[in-house]
Amino acid sequence: MTLTQPSLTAVESAPSRANAAGRRLRNRLGATGLVALCWIALMIGCAALAPVIAPHDPNAQDLLHVYAAPGGDHLLGTDGTGRDILSRLIWGARTSLVGPALVVLLSLVVGLPLALAAAWRGGWLDAVVGRFLDIVFSLPAILVAVLAVAVFRPGPAPAILALAVAYLPYVARVARSAALRQRAMPYVAALTVQGHGGVAICARHLLPNITPVVGAQIPIAFANALMDLAALSFLGLAVQSPQADWGVLVNDAQAVLQGHSSQVVYAGVLIIATVVALMLIGDRLGGDIRRRRVRRAPQPTGRTP
Amino acid sequence: MTAAPVVDVHELRKVYRTGTSGPLGPRRNEFVAVAGATFQVAAGECLGIVGESGSGKSTTARMLAGLERPTAGTISVLGTDRSRPARRAAERHLRGGQLQMVFQDPYTSLDPRQTARDTIDETLRLHTRLSRAERADRVSEIAASVGLDQRQAHALPAGLSGGQRQRVAIARALAADPRVIVLDEAVSALDVSIQAQILNLLADIRDATGVAYLFITHDLAVVRHMADRVLVLKEGHIVEQGPTAKVLDHPEHPYTQRLRESVPARGTP
Ligand SMILES: Nc1ncnc2c1ncn2[C@@H]1O[C@H](COP(=O)(O)OP(=O)(O)O)[C@@H](O)[C@H]1O
Ligand SMILES: [Mg+2]
Repeated sequence: MTLTQPSLTAVESAPSRANAAGRRLRNRLGATGLVALCWIALMIGCAALAPVIAPHDPNAQDLLHVYAAPGGDHLLGTDGTGRDILSRLIWGARTSLVGPALVVLLSLVVGLPLALAAAWRGGWLDAVVGRFLDIVFSLPAILVAVLAVAVFRPGPAPAILALAVAYLPYVARVARSAALRQRAMPYVAALTVQGHGGVAICARHLLPNITPVVGAQIPIAFANALMDLAALSFLGLAVQSPQADWGVLVNDAQAVLQGHSSQVVYAGVLIIATVVALMLIGDRLGGDIRRRRVRRAPQPTGRTP
Repeated sequence: MTAAPVVDVHELRKVYRTGTSGPLGPRRNEFVAVAGATFQVAAGECLGIVGESGSGKSTTARMLAGLERPTAGTISVLGTDRSRPARRAAERHLRGGQLQMVFQDPYTSLDPRQTARDTIDETLRLHTRLSRAERADRVSEIAASVGLDQRQAHALPAGLSGGQRQRVAIARALAADPRVIVLDEAVSALDVSIQAQILNLLADIRDATGVAYLFITHDLAVVRHMADRVLVLKEGHIVEQGPTAKVLDHPEHPYTQRLRESVPARGTP
């Protein structure tokens, strides 16, 4: 009785909106993109549930079962100190994914406000920020990280911080140019005339509208950070040896020399598959945005003659 | 009318400086978009501004709305000066509550991620102290007053036609309860039949609220339908102003005569 029309529409629109969002994502990613997304979901699942699903303690040595063959109690066998390789790979997903996630998160936290402020203010601020991002963009990330590690100390924290700086332009350059495009739209002028302040307009309107473009950049930055961190860990400059990490696991020359290269291969395959999947997702998302922009461009609007 | 004007513009001027790099180093070009305009808009009046493309109509509108800073001259709305950019939030709010603007292109003048209701609500949050429930009622009221039905009010701009989007833009302006609305080619992007609907809506709103319009258009038929007085702009200069019927039927300036002759009959593209 008391159900009026508006509440009916609200009830209707909630699930249909969720469905629509799901359908949009499927359309944007395509079949290969979905497979890639499933792979990433699987890796994240392993990382999150490592304590539950890993069959063994990743650091428990068993010198009686060194280089055990795959099968039985050790599905993928053991390494040179008798540690369960599968468990080390699963736990390795944690360190290998948390590192790049922190890199991306940090560069978003710093890069988005920087980009929005530059696009909103324009003038000298935008010129300075734009130039700064170009310079940082031209520096090889791995070099910045090696320098940071050399100046401070080897370890994940300095490496992650350095990479966050190096990957700042990945996010911020794209965010800035997208924000500049939005800034020029009449709806932003309308909001200004309403009396809204710059911070409110940036947070409530520019930010949501640049999210798709920036979002497409995130998997790419993540993939690069993952590779760089794995490389640094391989060199012993980020994650250190007893800790399970895919980059650390690849670095087992001892095992390879003795003809037991399976751990190195598994870890290498995980890194490559994850990086490829991330790149693919980023490429699909970015390509979709470009296609839509092209489709939207030649729109007839009755301009002043 | 002897009441104080709601808009009082004196010797308003806008010079765009465009730096181009010539063969002899950087060169500075100056372009006078508005060359000393003086006019008033009375309370509840509709003042039409006509002129060719590039005559400075939009620049004038944008200066009034605070989107462009005047090079010289003064603008006063409801007795408050707005020749300078607003310094504080309170000043911005005050100006927004006095004067609102509706833009030409309904496709880009709404946030693509905001429903009509949210758009109206955002303005109410800024300009009123209504509670959430009171705002919801007020949003429905405003949406209905511009002829948006339930579905349209809950739709994103992508789900609306050009005319419906322009209704949302008008609703957004009305939500601030302004005394003046600047309409810059607000119906120019619409089909002729939709134009008529929106013009009637605007006329009804003016009757109901007593809001004044600064109605900018290049279409003389539209301005004849809407405006009490009209002002003719040519290359940034006001060449003529007066009651609409007098200016359009007995133009004194040759430019106005040419403008009138070059306009095709209503309805033809
Ligand atoms: N930001 C700007 N920089 C330089 N010139 C501009 C700018 N905006 C407008 N103009 C110029 O000012 C003149 C008047 O423009 P405008 O006010 O948009 O005219 P209208 O709205 O009457 O068509 C045009 O010649 C235009 O090229
Ligand atoms: Mg114009």
